[in-house]
Parts: sequence; C-alpha cells; structure tokens
Amino acid sequence: MTNRPAPVIDDDSRPFWQGTARQQLRLPYCRACAAAFFYPRALCPRCHGDDLEWRNASGRGTVYSYTVSRRPAGPAFQAITPYVVALVDLEEGPRLLTNVLVDRPDQVHIGQSVTVVYQPLGDGETVLPLFQPEAAPER
Amino acid sequence: MTREAVIVGVADTPLQNGVLRDGGSVLQVQARAAKAALDEAGLSMAEVDGLLSAGTWGVPGPGSLMTITLGEYLGIRPRFTDSTNIGGAAFEAHLAHAALAIERGYCDVALICYGSTQRSESSRTLGGRAPTLTMQYESPFGMLMPIGGYAMAAMRHMHDYGTTGEQLAEVAVAARAWASLNPAATRREPISVDDVLASPMVSDPLHKLDACLVTDGGGAVVMTSAERARSLNSKPIYVRGFGESHTHWTIAQMPDLTLTTAADTGRRAMSMAGISHDDVDVAQIYASFTITVLLTLEALGFCPRGGAGEFVANGRLAPGGDFPINTNGGGLSCAHPGMYGLYLLVEAVRQLRGECGPRQVRDARIALVNGTGGTLSSTATCVLSRD
Ligand SMILES: [Zn+2]
Repeated sequence: MTNRPAPVIDDDSRPFWQGTARQQLRLPYCRACAAAFFYPRALCPRCHGDDLEWRNASGRGTVYSYTVSRRPAGPAFQAITPYVVALVDLEEGPRLLTNVLVDRPDQVHIGQSVTVVYQPLGDGETVLPLFQPEAAPER
Repeated sequence: MTREAVIVGVADTPLQNGVLRDGGSVLQVQARAAKAALDEAGLSMAEVDGLLSAGTWGVPGPGSLMTITLGEYLGIRPRFTDSTNIGGAAFEAHLAHAALAIERGYCDVALICYGSTQRSESSRTLGGRAPTLTMQYESPFGMLMPIGGYAMAAMRHMHDYGTTGEQLAEVAVAARAWASLNPAATRREPISVDDVLASPMVSDPLHKLDACLVTDGGGAVVMTSAERARSLNSKPIYVRGFGESHTHWTIAQMPDLTLTTAADTGRRAMSMAGISHDDVDVAQIYASFTITVLLTLEALGFCPRGGAGEFVANGRLAPGGDFPINTNGGGLSCAHPGMYGLYLLVEAVRQLRGECGPRQVRDARIALVNGTGGTLSSTATCVLSRD
C-alpha cells in the first residue's frame, strides 16, 4: 500500500510533529493574545508578536464542516475511499484540517464532538492527528 | 484630467470539445491570442510596453518566470511587467494593475495573456499539492484539490442557511442554458436540476455537474489610454473600478467558509466606479463550482448572506431571468482551462460592445466582473462600462 504524503517537517513545524509522534497535540500559543493559534509560524497571525510558546491541547473539538471524498486524492487513499475530510475547531480555538474516522460517512455531522486519535504514517516516523466521534458519555 | 484606462482588444482561443482547435504549446496559445487581440485593437506587438501573465505552466520549478519567458517568446521588452498569480482571479488583478500603470503613464499599451494545455496534456488531477511549507498541514489528509474546500464551504452554507442541492444545481442549469446560445461553448446540451443531482457525487455535497469543466484555453486583453484609443478602430471599454484581496491558501485558515473577500473587493470596486448594485446590467462571476457563485453573490451584496439559494431559484441567472451572469456559459459550461479569470473579462467586454448575438444582454452598459482563485482564497473585482 502506498503511504499518504508525509509532511516535509521544517523549523516551524518540528515541535508539532514531534508532539504527535508522542501522542500529544501541541499548539503554538501567543502570550500577548493569551490564545493558541495554528499552524505554527514565526509571528502570531493575530497581533504579529513573537512572544510564543508551545502548549498541549486537550484533543477535543467540534466539526466545523466536512466533506466526503468519493474519489481518492492519490493512490494512498484508494483503500479508504470514501473517506471524510473535515475542519475541526479545537477547544482551544484553532481550526485543523483532518480526517474523521467513521465506519460510514453519514455518521459525521457539523457540530459533532470529536477527539483526537493518532495514526502513524507508513514512514515509521510521522504520526497524523486524526479524529473520531467522542464516545457517548457513560450514564 | 487624468489618463483613463480602456480595453481596446480581446481574444479567446478557439476550442473543439474542450481541446485547442488549432493545437499548440502554452506559448503559442498566448502568442496567437495576443496577436488576435492586438489586431482587433489595431495595435502592433511592437507597441506593447506592458506585459502581464499568470498560469500554471511555469510552476513549479526555477527558470519559468512567466512574463520573462513570455516576453522573450513574443520578442518584446516591456517597461511594465506583472506576473501576479493569485489563481483564477489573477487577470482581474492584472486589469487593475495595468489600469493604474496606464493612468500613471508607466506604460501605454498593456497586454494581458493566458494559455493552458491542461486538457491536451491530461495534467489536471484531484490530488493535493506537495506537503511542504504550509501544505504539510493539508496534503496528508487527502482533500480533493480544490473541490474539497469548496465542498466544505457548501456543506457549511447548507447547515447555516438551509441551502439545498437543488439551489446549487440552478447555477449549473443556468450556465448550460447560456452556453446553448454560445457556439464557442464546450458543453451546449441542456441539463436539468435532476441531471445535476443525478451526476456522480465527487466531494459531498458537490456533484460532477456542480464542478467546472476541465479544458484547454487561452486569451488576451489589450489595454491603453482613452486618449490613445481615440485614434483606434475598436470601441473602447472603460475600466471604472477595481479591488483585490486574499485571506488564505490552506482552507483551515479561511476565516469564515461562507464569506469571501469579494465583500471587500466588490465594495471597493463599486465605490471607485461610483455605482450601486442596481446599475449593474450584466455580471461575470467566476464559477469554479456552483457554490462559488452563491457565495460571491452574497459577498458582493446582491442578496443578503444566506439568501443566494433563494436568489438564484426559478432560473433567475438564466437567459430571460432578471440577473444575467456568465452569459458565455462560464466555467461550468463554456471552458475552464485551470484559471478562468481572463474569460470573464473577454465576455464582459463583448457584452458591453453588444457583440453577443443570441446571448446578448439588451443595452448592457455596466458589467461587473469577479474572479475567485485558489480555494476561495483570493478575489478581484472590476467594474467596466461602455461609456
Ligand atoms: Zn498574538
């Protein structure tokens, strides 16, 4: 099976991908704004300040929007087609493009609560942050 | 009195079944279109001193700097050069930049070119871009490019406003009805809302017929000053207002998936032109996907946010409707050679000159053109008038 395209890790993204490899979802955080942002970059995209640090995110979020790819975006996706591509709003604010893992595409909806799961890429190095519907709370 | 910029020549490349009728490389396509547009204007290549172009043919890879490559090929040495590439909206931005350059006397004759052989080469894929720089947060997740981003915008629009697949389909049906009146359009056989909904789903909720064509194509626009145009044969079309902007490259960075920057660029262009919505006689609105048109109509303020689904219902955009758009069939039915923005300008000019035969909008005096590029990433708006 062909692997998904592996992120070409650079100085901006290294802490993020090192985090996912340890099953941690890390976000860059601007101290001046007292808010997280994504993706990582040299300056805060809101205030353009550079007083930044990395913080762990809860890994919980909600589906802002999604689509179902009915065709594979390259050979790596052939086996899982159709699959759900989604924008997830994290509890901390930032929005991520990701996949929501479900048995059937109609199990995804806007506003759905989702939690992160970590899926290793076939390269033995990179781990992608994907999401799955939050388990129903125990009663 | 400042110099005014006018359009004095336009051309598009003849297609047959979406493929270049006369063949050619991307450079040949642009040279032939340039010559046709210059001939129409009554100007020669030697008089061109401003060159503008954008495309996908030179990207990526070093050594393919677009206007440099094209200028060399055409044998010209411009004093104003602009390879601005903001996707399909690039040519509306070029028109703005060339207008400013002409008004300021920075150049006298500007030539905007586009060429694409994507269909002949079968180079178009739905795959993502290389996962480098900011694309490393997008390409690993298999979003179909670019339809997946537009699909998520459509999904959110449906969720927020109750927009339906039928309403999206109306845009495609109207485009096809216009195309049936245009002998140069690629797809001319009529379609119904049911046909659109029955076409294969590509990226929910967008079907194959919600998406633009994949064709070759090319064209050129020639501009000069109104003063210079007085000694030329063609009827000048005035550039009255313009605006350009962009917000994001990766879809996760789009601030609001149902609001494009046409809200800003449209307002600036219309304000510069001193016109209101009621003054617009015909609009050419980038139709990469049906949802693009709905979002753009709202952003431009032709209807309230969330109201575009209702606005386009009952054939309002179609021939005979009271809001004629994309009168050549647009990107959904006429042609879509990767970047469509130059065609918007060509059709707007032909409507304002009154050259459109059976698809002519009666007494079209003012045209609004709105390009959208990337994944709802960029927009550029122009207001053109015949007097
Ligand atoms: Zn900040």
